[in-house]
Amino acid sequence: MSTPTSTSDAEALIDSLDKKGPLYRIQGALHRFPWLSPLLVLILAMIIFYLLNHRFLLPANLSLIMQQVSIVGAIAVAQTLVILTAGIDLSVGAITVFATMVMAKSAFENGVPGPLALVLGIAVGAGAGALNGVLITRLKLPPFIVTLGTLGIFTALTLIYATGRTVRDTELADILKVMGNVIKLGPFTITWGVIAMILLYVIFAYVMRNTAWGKHVYAVGDDPVAAGLAGIRVNRVLFSVYTVGGVILAIAGWITIGRVNAASPNVIPDANLDSITAVVIGGTSLFGGRGTMIGTFIGAVLVGVVSNGLSLAGLDQAYKILAIGILVITAVALDQWIRKVRS
Amino acid sequence: MSTVTTLQPIVQAKDLLKTFGRVVGLNHCSLELYAGEVLAVIGDNGAGKSTLIKCISGAETPDSGEIFVDGKQVSFKSSIDARTAGIETVYQNLAVAPALDIASNMYLGRELRKDGFLGKVLRQLDHKGMKVKSKDEMTRLGIGTLQDMSQAVETLSGGQRQAVSVARAQLFGSKVIILDEPTAALGVRESNQVLKMIEGLRDRGLPVILISHNMPQVFQVADRIHVQRLGTRAAVITPSTFSMNDAVAIMTGALKVEEKDQAMGPVRGA
Repeated sequence: MSTPTSTSDAEALIDSLDKKGPLYRIQGALHRFPWLSPLLVLILAMIIFYLLNHRFLLPANLSLIMQQVSIVGAIAVAQTLVILTAGIDLSVGAITVFATMVMAKSAFENGVPGPLALVLGIAVGAGAGALNGVLITRLKLPPFIVTLGTLGIFTALTLIYATGRTVRDTELADILKVMGNVIKLGPFTITWGVIAMILLYVIFAYVMRNTAWGKHVYAVGDDPVAAGLAGIRVNRVLFSVYTVGGVILAIAGWITIGRVNAASPNVIPDANLDSITAVVIGGTSLFGGRGTMIGTFIGAVLVGVVSNGLSLAGLDQAYKILAIGILVITAVALDQWIRKVRS
Repeated sequence: MSTVTTLQPIVQAKDLLKTFGRVVGLNHCSLELYAGEVLAVIGDNGAGKSTLIKCISGAETPDSGEIFVDGKQVSFKSSIDARTAGIETVYQNLAVAPALDIASNMYLGRELRKDGFLGKVLRQLDHKGMKVKSKDEMTRLGIGTLQDMSQAVETLSGGQRQAVSVARAQLFGSKVIILDEPTAALGVRESNQVLKMIEGLRDRGLPVILISHNMPQVFQVADRIHVQRLGTRAAVITPSTFSMNDAVAIMTGALKVEEKDQAMGPVRGA
């Protein structure tokens, strides 16, 4: 009845033969697995840095890289969620620091018990994210503008609340410092912060791939009108993304306290752009709807590797900035090319 | 074929009125769709085709008039209400999320979860089940050449994408499928694929409302043709009693059709 005719089969075969060039295959593979290219670059970079300085691959150095990556790596989980919805969050760093100060200061100065201070910090992170979500879904303002505004608001709130003071090592509640605890894993030295970051990736990689919410986030970023017609409540998904992002950022704040062993309003000044860099290098499209958590993880590690490797090779920090800049532009150009895939 | 068609329409719109400010979109317009038929809706731009379909699919709410599904009166506040009542609409371009795979698109917003702990606690989706059922559905629509349900929809041809949205529409026990200009963006071969699909739907007893500008296609698949003019129904004709030129003449008002020559009741299965 409606089986395809032999002509259409033949045509389909010709079509597919036409497009079986090697370049087309690479494009197809990258389209399916957008994290392949940063992974290749990562492996290449590690080989080069090893050749430049054999100390690069020492377990102690690799452990250090992971610790250096842990904060931006955790923040980039939240940034990936937002960018998958075709948004951008410029306030991630500000929310992280805000949560950090709330945790540290409420415990130190207001006598809030440590665990409660931690929960309070996470609640503040969720609230800050929810504010972004409300402004974006209710006032219909573009995420870029909303988060540029809240970047200022949260930074100011942090400064006002902290009164310019750092909460130091000895003044910190014990539970806030656990992310700095060290575990020996063979020759490697892993902090709890690194484990927490990796756990965030494992959890959200699962959520994005295996739950309906994950699919809805992709669909909303891909085409909000189509998602709405399919019965997805687009605004609700967007709101939840920013709120969940806020929780992740507060956890990143917790990791920050462990890593720097203090809570200061002036830590991680570059977190916003660094997180976007990690996401973009990791193959997630700024146009939304495509990208993976594993890609962002590779992106974050790649930035850490380049930064560490260049300084081990004795090069100036300026070269690090140069290299990251080139990586970002290459990644976005690659994304544009991949998105042209059609059968 | 000896399908017994009852006289009660599956979908009936009665006397719909819809105005946009001072512009009259629908002027006391009616429509009936009977079981197992393809009803084409044609009309010039601005004749009210889209408004009529939007009222039936819940995207617009008429100012006055009544809509019945299976004889029961309904009032749609949104397209979700219409879908719940069994009316699925396949939109021209906006039907799918291009970066998601076929199975995910098919079940978008209505995903299947695994049983037991994995599904209930970990909320894990039943990827395999969705793929298998998607494949079955696509095969039933005559798109059996697609093997891989984890392929992104953007890698499909226009006809195959149309098939994905149609398959999705009928997957959820719908009573009626509305297709809005399904072939507008397609080439000849793919258009034929879609037309075959429409006939397949009808042969399985699912009535279809087809909005189209393409006269030859309308005359090829429609059982009855609802001609819309100036916000209301100018006539309902059949492809066997009127020519394409007649249809155009009715659309432009050059030809008036008497009540007795029209096909107001079901013509299929007689």
